[in-house]
Amino acid sequence: MEILFYICAAVSVLAALNVVLQRTPVYSALSLILVLCLLAVIYLLLGAEFIAVIQVIVYAGAIMVLFVFVIMLLNAGREVPSERSRLARWLGVPLVIAFLLEVLWAVWNQFPSGTAPAADFDAGPAAIGHLLFRNYVLPFEVTSVLILVAILGAVVLAKKEE
Amino acid sequence: MLENAFNVVMAHPLLLAVIKILIVFAVLSGIVAYLVYMERKVLAFMQARLGPMRVGPWGLLQPIADGLKLLLKEDIIPAGADKFVFLLAPAISVLAAFTVFAVIPFAGNFYISDINIGLLFILGVSSLGIYGIILGGWSSNSHYPLLGALRSSAQLVSYEVAAGMALVGVLLISNSLSMVEIVNRQQQMGVWNVFLQPLAFVIYVIAAVAETNRNPFDLPEAESELTAGFHTEYSGFRFALYFMAEYTNMVLVSCIAVTLFLGGWLRPFSSVHALDFLRWAPPVSLVGAAVFILWLGLQSRVPLERYFFVALALGCVAVGVIISYPLILNAVQGIFWFGVKVLAFLYAFIWYRATFPRYRYDQLMNVGWRWMIPLALANLIVTAVVRYLLSAHTPASPVAWLLR
Amino acid sequence: MAETTYLDANELVINMGPQHPATHGVLRVKLNLDGERVMGSECVIGYLHRGVEKIAENRTYAQFAPYTDRMDYVAAVTNGMGYVEAVEKLLGVEIPSRAQYTRMILAELQRIASHLLWLGTHALDLGAMTPVFYTFREREEILKILEKYCGARLTTHAFRIGGLQYDLYDGFEREVVAFCDYFMPKIDEYEQLLTTNRIWVNRTRKIGVLSGEDAIAMGVTGPVLRGSGVKWDIRKAQPYEAYDQVEFDIPIGEHGDTYDRYLVRVQEMRQAVRIIRQCVERLAPGPIFGKVGKVIKPPVGEVYHSIEAPKGELGYFVVSDGSTNPYRVRVRPPSLINLQAFDMMARGHLVADIVAIIGTLDIVLGEVDR
Repeated sequence: MEILFYICAAVSVLAALNVVLQRTPVYSALSLILVLCLLAVIYLLLGAEFIAVIQVIVYAGAIMVLFVFVIMLLNAGREVPSERSRLARWLGVPLVIAFLLEVLWAVWNQFPSGTAPAADFDAGPAAIGHLLFRNYVLPFEVTSVLILVAILGAVVLAKKEE
Repeated sequence: MLENAFNVVMAHPLLLAVIKILIVFAVLSGIVAYLVYMERKVLAFMQARLGPMRVGPWGLLQPIADGLKLLLKEDIIPAGADKFVFLLAPAISVLAAFTVFAVIPFAGNFYISDINIGLLFILGVSSLGIYGIILGGWSSNSHYPLLGALRSSAQLVSYEVAAGMALVGVLLISNSLSMVEIVNRQQQMGVWNVFLQPLAFVIYVIAAVAETNRNPFDLPEAESELTAGFHTEYSGFRFALYFMAEYTNMVLVSCIAVTLFLGGWLRPFSSVHALDFLRWAPPVSLVGAAVFILWLGLQSRVPLERYFFVALALGCVAVGVIISYPLILNAVQGIFWFGVKVLAFLYAFIWYRATFPRYRYDQLMNVGWRWMIPLALANLIVTAVVRYLLSAHTPASPVAWLLR
Repeated sequence: MAETTYLDANELVINMGPQHPATHGVLRVKLNLDGERVMGSECVIGYLHRGVEKIAENRTYAQFAPYTDRMDYVAAVTNGMGYVEAVEKLLGVEIPSRAQYTRMILAELQRIASHLLWLGTHALDLGAMTPVFYTFREREEILKILEKYCGARLTTHAFRIGGLQYDLYDGFEREVVAFCDYFMPKIDEYEQLLTTNRIWVNRTRKIGVLSGEDAIAMGVTGPVLRGSGVKWDIRKAQPYEAYDQVEFDIPIGEHGDTYDRYLVRVQEMRQAVRIIRQCVERLAPGPIFGKVGKVIKPPVGEVYHSIEAPKGELGYFVVSDGSTNPYRVRVRPPSLINLQAFDMMARGHLVADIVAIIGTLDIVLGEVDR
């Protein structure tokens, strides 16, 4: 099982790098789908089956389809690298290194033993349902209203001027 | 020796799983190949024709000939196509279609795995199948496939919503996401879900037809408008993969519908013991098939065909006798009833194709968004309310619950 | 990939045909699209032009008759009928009643065959694949009768100037009546498949609407005109042969849409059967050939004669200079004129409707291009 985790983790890191470095948008999107699917596998290994499947349904199966759709519609070709500004050259690399160190430090502090504790809670659909609709019902509903507002906003913006 | 092997297999669950997967894959591939034959034959008989007759007796070897032909054909990759994606896309389609069978219970004692989120797994994996279509159309680098792919994926996404919502109704009355548990629940209740959720069933069936791109929703392949849709540029084996994916999906949605709505492997009226004689249906239907095959054989003028049909009929009778042995008879009950129901579904699919004209694209979207989804939502709400009012936890009055 | 994106292409020009499966031959339609909506269209014709009218000038009157079969090749009998009647009018001969009724029977059978072909392919274009097999099954019976009478199934050359070459074969009447009895329930069968089918109604109602005034202005004829509610049928308006002796109704539509034209054609098949039954009853033994010499040499003059072919008004304008060859033959093909209304009917519809509109016009390219 641990081997499976390392394989998934390694491949997903590589695919994630590919998302950023790839110049062809469709390949970036495909890599992102791969990352999402591998994350789902990692969730499965952690015993969170429900989250894993939801990850696939919502992100890989719905949202990314729309991404690919839009990329195809816009017929986006290869990206041309822009002229790098001097600021980016001098500040970019140190800032990235600083950010990575910060993340490492945060992870290290959180899990000093080096391993994350296995999930000791029930991550089944029933438990998550209870959490969402009992304990966090207000934030949940507010979020859905927020998404609705976003959809309406998108419709208004996309509507052609009469 | 045999016993040893049996013990080894039983001791290693992984090995057992591999064997089960191989069996399901092999049988499924055969079924898909002969589903095409069945479609051609049934369509032909509905249309006053004979269908394939030349390859083998009654055209029985036609699927094999077709498969061979497609395998031996040149595999053309159009100039300007995105090679990597072009090669990948058909594989995604087939992979997604076959993977879902991992959680389908073919019988009470035969399924590859029973996971507690089986239904969600089905939705998740089948939603990945869209990529096969959308990427295939995009990578062909041609107008018609691209338009076909856009139509297809829009159609799939729209109808997946309706299908998913229809399935939630079943979840509410089954209290479980496990496919095996859903069937067991139907046995406990003594009534199939189709009688409790008729609207959901109708919505699911319509959405299933749309999701498999079958007539009357076969717009992506409307050959009088868009030539062949997203797989226009595909040839040879890769085309065969798409073809296989389409028919596998037909079997798949039939299996899902049977499991969720029609009691899966349960025999009709499984709780009525007066009808227990129905357990003899498998051997009896085999003998019936034998009689039919014999009759077909006697019609043939070619001696070789006659021998073949007689042998086939004898084979059917032999198998019928073998499964009459009580132990085996019990073992095949589930798979027999499951198979019969799935076949009935597949027959209906073919029947639609012979009957209906094709919807126009905007009409299709209208049906999906303005009728199916609101109806599915209404069904969901009504089911939830009824389920709540009937449940044991219901307080004396909803008002009291609100004030609590 | 093309350089433009699909989102900002305001008007897309696409070609349908000449090898598109739904254009029924070699019609090419250029469509200006806004998304999937048709903003304008242009029919490009002439791929099947064979110079039929010019050929007529180098053949004798009798020699040209078989060429007429090759114009509307799915309704050869009526095509030949129009031509021989035009020449007979020029010659001023009367043809015997037995020949007249025979011609009417065969012409009405041909009308049914033509409509059957139309119905099957029209339904096939809209995705219903079964009707085409049923209609071809019945059409086959008609072709068998035609073959038995004149030896050919498609390009029949059934009639001669002045009457008929052959008398009817034994049992013709019986076979025709048997066909009528067999065919009537079959029409109900087609209607069961389509008339009340919701999808069929959705695909044809309000599609390709042509108002009565527009139809007259565009000069369309036949079922297309009658579908728009104009009660005009040459068999009633200017009776030829013995059409004034038989009873039949002219079915008309109300809205002038594709669905109405479908209903009109289906009703016309019923009426054709009615005409055939009456003609068979009136078939009496007698001569089958009028007073026409071996060499046909009409007096100097010109004549226009039109008949109600399955697709509309089929007219022949024949000019004679007194020689054995016609000086000029001009054909007024119904398909060509009906096709002119295409743009008017297609505007504002979706691409998928174009196949319905081409189908409902019931054109044959052999006749459009000649």
